[in-house]
Amino acid sequence: MRLSYLIPLALFVVIGIGLAVGLTLNPREIPSALIGKPVPDFSLPPVQGRERGLASADLKSGQPSVVNVFASWCVPCRVEHPLLMALQRDNLVPIHGLNYKDDPADVAKWLDQLGDPFTRTGADRNGRVGIDWGVYGVPETFVVDGAGRIVCKHVGPLMQWDLDNKIRPLLRDLVAGRPSQVKC
Amino acid sequence: MIPELGHIALILALCLSLVQGLLPLVGAARNIPGWIAVAPQAALGQAVLVAFAFGCLTYAYVTSDFSVLNVTENSHTLKPMLYKISGVWGNHEGSLLLWILILVVFGAAVALFGNNLPATLKARVLGIQGLIGVGFLSFILFTSNPFNRLLPAPLEGRGLNPLLQDPGLAFHPPFLYLGYVGFSVAFSFAVAALIEGRVDPAWARWVRPWTLAAWCFLTIGIALGSWWAYYELGWGGWWFWDPVENASFMPWLAGTALLHSAIVVEKRDTLKSWTVLLAILTFSLSLLGTFLVRSGVINSVHAFATDPTRGVFILIFLAVVVGGSLVLYAVRAPVLQGVGVFAPLSREGALVLNNLLLAVACAAVLLGTLYPVALDAINGAKVSVGPQYFNAVFIPLMAPLVAAVGIGPLLAWKRGDLAAALRRLLPAAVAVIVALGIGLWLQNERGFLALLGLGLAAWLGIGALCELALRIKLFAAPLAETMQRARHLPRAAWGMTVAHLGVALLVLGITVSETWQVEVQQVMKPGETVQVGPVLYRFQGVAPYKGPNYTAMQGRFEIIDNGQVVRELRPAQRRYQQPPMETTEAAIRASVVADLYAVVGEGDAERGWAVRLYWKPMVSWIWLGALIMALGGFLSLTDRRLRVGAPAGRRAAAAAAE
Repeated sequence: MRLSYLIPLALFVVIGIGLAVGLTLNPREIPSALIGKPVPDFSLPPVQGRERGLASADLKSGQPSVVNVFASWCVPCRVEHPLLMALQRDNLVPIHGLNYKDDPADVAKWLDQLGDPFTRTGADRNGRVGIDWGVYGVPETFVVDGAGRIVCKHVGPLMQWDLDNKIRPLLRDLVAGRPSQVKC
Repeated sequence: MIPELGHIALILALCLSLVQGLLPLVGAARNIPGWIAVAPQAALGQAVLVAFAFGCLTYAYVTSDFSVLNVTENSHTLKPMLYKISGVWGNHEGSLLLWILILVVFGAAVALFGNNLPATLKARVLGIQGLIGVGFLSFILFTSNPFNRLLPAPLEGRGLNPLLQDPGLAFHPPFLYLGYVGFSVAFSFAVAALIEGRVDPAWARWVRPWTLAAWCFLTIGIALGSWWAYYELGWGGWWFWDPVENASFMPWLAGTALLHSAIVVEKRDTLKSWTVLLAILTFSLSLLGTFLVRSGVINSVHAFATDPTRGVFILIFLAVVVGGSLVLYAVRAPVLQGVGVFAPLSREGALVLNNLLLAVACAAVLLGTLYPVALDAINGAKVSVGPQYFNAVFIPLMAPLVAAVGIGPLLAWKRGDLAAALRRLLPAAVAVIVALGIGLWLQNERGFLALLGLGLAAWLGIGALCELALRIKLFAAPLAETMQRARHLPRAAWGMTVAHLGVALLVLGITVSETWQVEVQQVMKPGETVQVGPVLYRFQGVAPYKGPNYTAMQGRFEIIDNGQVVRELRPAQRRYQQPPMETTEAAIRASVVADLYAVVGEGDAERGWAVRLYWKPMVSWIWLGALIMALGGFLSLTDRRLRVGAPAGRRAAAAAAE
């Protein structure tokens, strides 16, 4: 047996082990070390063409809020975008956009084109604030209570189910000021 | 009752697949004629049983039998009949059943049409098919039974994901599976050849029609999927390098390489172990695609409902099938020695280059698709690999490939004369210069890439026609002789020319639409007009509209030419009730010149509506090119040499009938 004929098998074993480890991980659920902690300190200018920037102080106004990490280059962000628009129409809480590593012109075009659900936006050009927030990839969605503590983190695109069964009930509880049973 | 019958049929099919997987293989090894003869009967029996089970599930869908869990979860009484039927495979369990149905139908086809195969080879091929069937039937019965009952039965189902309620998607999975599963036959032939320790031109000739058929179906399936993404997702794009798209694209790349390397085995009796490896890898990549889509390992926009236990099952199955066949390969491939020798500059050399580029492209796509999983497994980082990566590695690999495809067919076997081939391609070189001239004259932002694409398309398109013209001595001989030669040219040669022309059209479509597309996004109020490229649109407002299972806000655009309204486009935002979901329905006016593409978004009468309008020149040539490639494949499939034995079979049948 010549060794070169073993190369395909060896490669496959490596890939197989990688996939086996991958199976034990869930790409959608990542525990955030920040749950229950105050939002990190930051202050960002708005994205191009918007007026109000986003800073940690804005998240401690006494009103709960949603912070959505998004980027115009991210396809799943497009998928969840209509749901953010729907959530904004609920007029429940303000939604803020943390624009992650994006080109100013691209994101402005993106928001003009798809609609802008955000009350405030922060342009995180180099991704430093994203790192403080523990962002792994876009999109991610955080629910923040009135005191500026992170209550919930959703990784990956929001689906209708997440919105109806997690985000909306949680926000209603937060707005009403009652302890929430929603598992996050 | 009927679902239970379907369930029992599946269990019987599993038992029969065990028989088919064991007896013929042992029989062929020990030379027991009775056991060898079991294979075709078992294959036919399985096809009947699985087809019956599939019919039972379809019946449950058509009659909206909500006591079947799978129907409740994926169907709804208000759904149009087409989508009730396509709903059968619009979910994990049902699509798996479709996969198995196609697998056993291919098995039955080998049993029926494989009369010219040596008995032991046929038994072994069917035996391997049987073992694959054991894996998939166990998978469906133990982890994903489509016939599970739900009691008490609800009055109404939950409905099919609205994005899937679409004619393009109704036919996309069957074609895709015909491709994926069709490669299982090539795989079985490869494993059988490894067991026998013999690969020769006859083997390549037997494998070729199955590979070719699978490749044609996969080409059509991918084209349909891309077309669906283009008009249904409403993003204006047609390929997103999404992991699920890559899952279907990798077997296509490997399968394309396999098609070409099998030619070398057939004509020149060399490149054997590589061809066998490609056959194994092509089907392995099909299986890997299944794993990625259904296990939840990768986060994709259109992944199926995922479940880790299923993932574990498929991974074990993958390890057995791929690992087992690669072990067999490592042990047996060294005995497969090539006979024919050839110079680097020859037809074989060109085909090796084709294989090399396709294999590297396939590896690059695999790397990009698995990299997020690997990084996650190593240090827990979550990343996604985007189009930037794929475009950056893919274009530099495909450009030399397309250039070589133009030359390869003109090189002789064994030792080719590059200078002579290039001289014969003079018309193609002239076409390239003309194309570059047109490209420069039209001006654009994408400069180099646009010129590259135009040049390659002209080179390959005219090059393929040059090759055909040389073969039939067009203009070099009297017309009668040319006609005579054209008639006698093997269908495989016609198929090659047509398929290569398809590639040229595809490249042209991609280049022109990506380069000269015009996109306008703005807020419009009723009555306003906007110029998009050469087209003038007038927005006539938005009106509510009710469909069978959705409500919609439908926009109306008039296309104005010389002050006259020549056409209307009606894009819409649909809101489905069950499941609650909004979809964007782009309005598209397709033509060979350019597609007009309109999307209407959020807005109201006061502030106006957000609209997106495109003028996409020659974009439909992308799918047209893909279909022509598949057409070339089917044409080649009708070649006489692949049907050798078929007329004899018919004659024998006629004799038996007398």
